[in-house]
Amino acid sequence: MMRTLLTGNGAAAWGARLARADYLPAFPITPQTEIIETISRWIDAGEMDCRMVTLESEHSMMTAAGAAASSGVRVFTATSSQGLLYAMEMLYTVAGWRVPFVLVNVSRGLASPITLEPDHNDILAMRDSGVLQLHCSTCQEVLDCVLFAYRIAEDPRVRLPVCVNLDGFYLSFTREPVTISNGEAIDAFLPPYDPDDLHFQANEPLSQAVAVLGGGPYSYFRYQAHLAACNALKVFDECASDFYKLFGRQYAPVESYCCDDAEIVFFMIGSFATKAKAAVDQLREAGEKVGLVRPLLLRPFPEQALRQALIGKKAVAVVDQNLSMGKGGVLHTELASALYGKATSSPLLVSFIGGLGGRDISSTEFAEMLAVTRQAVATGQSPPPRLLFSEAELREVRKLQTIAGLNSTRKENIS
Amino acid sequence: MNDPPLRTMKDLPRQHLLGTGTAMCAGCGGLEVIHQVYDILGDKTVFVNAAGCMTLLAVYPFTPFRGSWLYTAMASAPAGAQGIRDALDIRLAKGRIKADEDLQAVVLTGDGSAYGMGLSATSGAIERGLDFLYICYDNEGYGNTGQQYSGATPHGARTATSSGRLGHAGAKKDLFAIWAAHRPVYLATVIGSEPLDLARKIEAAKNIKGPRLILALSPCPTGWDFQPSETVHIGRLAVDTGIWPLKEYRDGKIVHTRKIANRRPVEDYLKPQGRFAHLFKPELNEELIAQIQREVDEYWAKVEAEERGE
Repeated sequence: MMRTLLTGNGAAAWGARLARADYLPAFPITPQTEIIETISRWIDAGEMDCRMVTLESEHSMMTAAGAAASSGVRVFTATSSQGLLYAMEMLYTVAGWRVPFVLVNVSRGLASPITLEPDHNDILAMRDSGVLQLHCSTCQEVLDCVLFAYRIAEDPRVRLPVCVNLDGFYLSFTREPVTISNGEAIDAFLPPYDPDDLHFQANEPLSQAVAVLGGGPYSYFRYQAHLAACNALKVFDECASDFYKLFGRQYAPVESYCCDDAEIVFFMIGSFATKAKAAVDQLREAGEKVGLVRPLLLRPFPEQALRQALIGKKAVAVVDQNLSMGKGGVLHTELASALYGKATSSPLLVSFIGGLGGRDISSTEFAEMLAVTRQAVATGQSPPPRLLFSEAELREVRKLQTIAGLNSTRKENIS
Repeated sequence: MNDPPLRTMKDLPRQHLLGTGTAMCAGCGGLEVIHQVYDILGDKTVFVNAAGCMTLLAVYPFTPFRGSWLYTAMASAPAGAQGIRDALDIRLAKGRIKADEDLQAVVLTGDGSAYGMGLSATSGAIERGLDFLYICYDNEGYGNTGQQYSGATPHGARTATSSGRLGHAGAKKDLFAIWAAHRPVYLATVIGSEPLDLARKIEAAKNIKGPRLILALSPCPTGWDFQPSETVHIGRLAVDTGIWPLKEYRDGKIVHTRKIANRRPVEDYLKPQGRFAHLFKPELNEELIAQIQREVDEYWAKVEAEERGE
């Protein structure tokens, strides 16, 4: 065991190394590239027994990942943002192949406009693909989640690809102390991959991914994948229990922070949830009964755990680091589906959009979100989704427009 | 490896491996090719397929293949072959399978994939030196969706999306030259109506390692509009008129495997096909027919000049 400083990308690479991944189909993209460069260096130095091949696109990369996972080897791959979207057809396709492998996505905002910094529209665009999702908030979690992801993906009850998500820049390039375990404990948690009958080889012909005719067989296979995804809830709990025994670190599908007596709870995923934690600490010092709920597991959706964490609260401030144009935040909708339509009364949900393209969310804004949520509780009415944006930011945009000689206010929508 | 040389038609395999009763159209020139290819390659193969007509060969829970099959997507079948080849190599190297459990990765796509959205993945696979065999059945259009024009459609052909008086405005892309520019270890054109030539080429390709590509012109009764019983006849005319040159590329050199002493006029090939009917009726489009003839003549004049060492 060693404890060292690692970036989120470094932790992801270590996850693949500890998992003894056999195969890495790769394609560079910011902010993911450090992961494949790190593994490539280990391969060249003889420190990792893995074959790496750089494909000519993420679409091909994901095809190769799925095909190799159909052929009995442990596969690791990584991408970001536009790369994930370019691979989207294959994400849906390989999930349907029911093959286990681990994909790390380093979140980055989507074009247009093109940017490098993070938000979650990329990973949420693959929400319905059948690829399961774990969302990390620290570098240690990134490493541990890669190991979790292999256990879940390879479990015969699941057999689906699993994606581990970390935020670009905020986690990918930030060094944090990370414990790297090795040896028997890793072997005990994640034994060598047993592909069972999932492999192409001459003595056992296999037809994979054949066409179906009609809605009956199609529905059958789609339902099978859905039920397998649901099985991952139980498998996650088993993993968490084994992991705690072996490594002493505890994970739950949903993390609750200062929630026991909380009246108002922030709801977030990813590294920005650590900002919410700091805000919760500050607000509690000021006497506010606030907390944070953060799902680590987003697919399968841990509905029961979320209900347990949130039923009885006055309100939930959902902070979405994504934007579904013409609707609002994706997590807000997801959470509403988990909490509403049941016999028990549900907390009020207030929706906020923030942190797009790496935009910071300040402690003042957390305080303001709390005030808006308290106001909603007082009136019993949720306002429409609030788009976090400050006057200073608008002034900055105006300045850029002036430099460019533009006056675009006449085409602009201000709410 | 130790198979006897293929000298005459009598040396071709007597046993046929590919199952029958598939969903392909009667007289399918692509299926004709796959039957012959499979007889030579055998069942120690995994066919990696891209979206196209042949995707309907394996429909749950049936398959005509005795060996393995993986359907991928339209653009990335060569990348699927890459993943399988690499996985097999890893398992061989790590002693997880024995050498006799190894498979040949065979990509199977139509021209819609090969000439268009699959070209980038093919280019990447060749450049990486992937050990695979690529079979393209080229029926000169997006056949599975009802024969819209593709990058493989010849100039003047009428398709579902070029139904005007002059047919397709574009010209057939020279995929052979594009593939050859990548310097693969082996590359050949074939056609189902020339089984001996086809078998020799597949036999040659089978026994080499590295990227090997086969471009098979596949007369298509439904897309080209002729009777299913005419498939072999149309295929022979494609060769005899010089429109489909049978050739192979090895070690940087192109060799024509079938020389035509007296090429028949292109009209003989064009006239029996409904897709070219507008060149003959209501009036004869002499100019366009002459242009097609000229292009074929120029091709062969160049070939003959090169062979004379000019």
